[in-house]
Amino acid sequence: MSDQELQDILTEFDLGLVFSEETSQYLTVRVPKEGLHLLMNKLKSDINLSFDYLFCLTGIDWGEELGVIYHLESTTHRHSLVVKVQTADRENPILDSVEDIWLTANFHEMEVFDFFGIKFKNHPNLKRLFLPKDWTGYPLRKDYVDTINMVVK
Amino acid sequence: MTNTISDRFKTEEYFINMGPQHPATHGVLRLILTIDGEIIKNVEPDLGYIHRSIEKMSERDSYQQIVHLTDRMDYLSAHMNNEAVCLLVENALEMEMPERVKVIRTIMAELTRIASHLLWWGVMGMDVGALTTFMYGFRDRELINDIFEETCGARLTMNYNIPGGLMFDILPNFQQRVKDFLTHFKTKLPEYDTLLTNNVIFQKRTKGVGYLSMEDAISFGTSGPVGRGSGYSCDVRKHHPYSAYTNIDFKEVIRTEGDTLARYEVRIQEMWESIAIIENLIDNIPEGDFKVATKAVIKLPKGEFYQKVETARGELGVFVVSTGTKNPYRIKFRSPGFSNLSALNKMIVGGKIGDLVAVTSTLDLVIPDIDR
Repeated sequence: MSDQELQDILTEFDLGLVFSEETSQYLTVRVPKEGLHLLMNKLKSDINLSFDYLFCLTGIDWGEELGVIYHLESTTHRHSLVVKVQTADRENPILDSVEDIWLTANFHEMEVFDFFGIKFKNHPNLKRLFLPKDWTGYPLRKDYVDTINMVVK
Repeated sequence: MTNTISDRFKTEEYFINMGPQHPATHGVLRLILTIDGEIIKNVEPDLGYIHRSIEKMSERDSYQQIVHLTDRMDYLSAHMNNEAVCLLVENALEMEMPERVKVIRTIMAELTRIASHLLWWGVMGMDVGALTTFMYGFRDRELINDIFEETCGARLTMNYNIPGGLMFDILPNFQQRVKDFLTHFKTKLPEYDTLLTNNVIFQKRTKGVGYLSMEDAISFGTSGPVGRGSGYSCDVRKHHPYSAYTNIDFKEVIRTEGDTLARYEVRIQEMWESIAIIENLIDNIPEGDFKVATKAVIKLPKGEFYQKVETARGELGVFVVSTGTKNPYRIKFRSPGFSNLSALNKMIVGGKIGDLVAVTSTLDLVIPDIDR
């Protein structure tokens, strides 16, 4: 399915999706965090879309907001889509988990929690994945300071 | 008071550590097992023993420098890891590589794949109790490493790719050396089957063990031989071709059984396919430049870029968010081992500890690739 056809189908969902104009090889859509889980469910279960392969899940710190970027592909139709979601609450950022839709999200969301501190609601086992349990702070955030372990140029 | 045998001799679940220094975990991977007798109830990997935060380091590095970090992730697929970042930069800058660069990159990538699969095959045999395979695998792998050493000065972390082409041109005797290796290797590869594949004990240790269905394989995001062993067509070289894979014909090896033996057979067959790919290209290396001049400071345009390549372990994705400066704003390495490891629990629950060793072996884990 072409990007234009994908865009037409997604617009009909009426979830307040915003299509990105930025340079990217994939069709990129931004979803309000309240509609994230509903959208992801539809993307996986709709026969014409059937995005069954979540090939990348990236946490990102935009400075003001914290966000997650999902890269999706359909193994039957071979089309791709990028979904972005973000939250402005840096103290207690909470987003919906997609672990019940794609099992790979289990590990990836733990990694995002470890480095960005984003909590995923309904995640079965959210904990630090790489860093020790008593580590303070979230190292991949832009405002993270560690005078001992970080070499600043 | 009940007095049946199962009540008097009831079993209890307990935790046991496998690793971080265990010969079968191939590096510092700690698995926390919940077991009842010898039956595994749960496996929980404990990661991060060699986490270096390459993603954070890359945020302050230039793109040329990032290339040198990537071969410290999956060091057995060093060449493909380098290639992923180089392709991303080249595509973002809309640079067209000379045919010579594409072909040499592909030949080196396939040699790396054979070398990686040879090491895997050696330790796979060793994990299930066949010590000889290790010697056989390393004997043949040495010949590839010698070719690497002569071409680019390094045997493991090669750094042969740079954004814009290759660091050096190939030497005049490169083609002959590769052909000599292939001639030698084609007589040795059938021995591998007689030595290990057809061994009755090996077959019993692997057949039907560690089953992963195709649906789960996709959901867990597995790729490479792990995905293809479950019947899932996921070869990046086929579905998103890059470098010289766009014009060459090769077979994607797929097995539908989904067990340990299937994943094993995929890798053995892939070595045959790699030989065919190299033979296809080695006499047809086009003349031309081995690199294209780039600016000393590479700045990517503002935007988001994604590049995937097929390493020996599966799909490596590099995702860069650029704000138009000389450093990436955010770089993410989607490593194949990380996703493949997440499927381990599904494969092994209900099996025995001995099965776990065979199953982790066919996942072909390289821990720095998982930890990054």
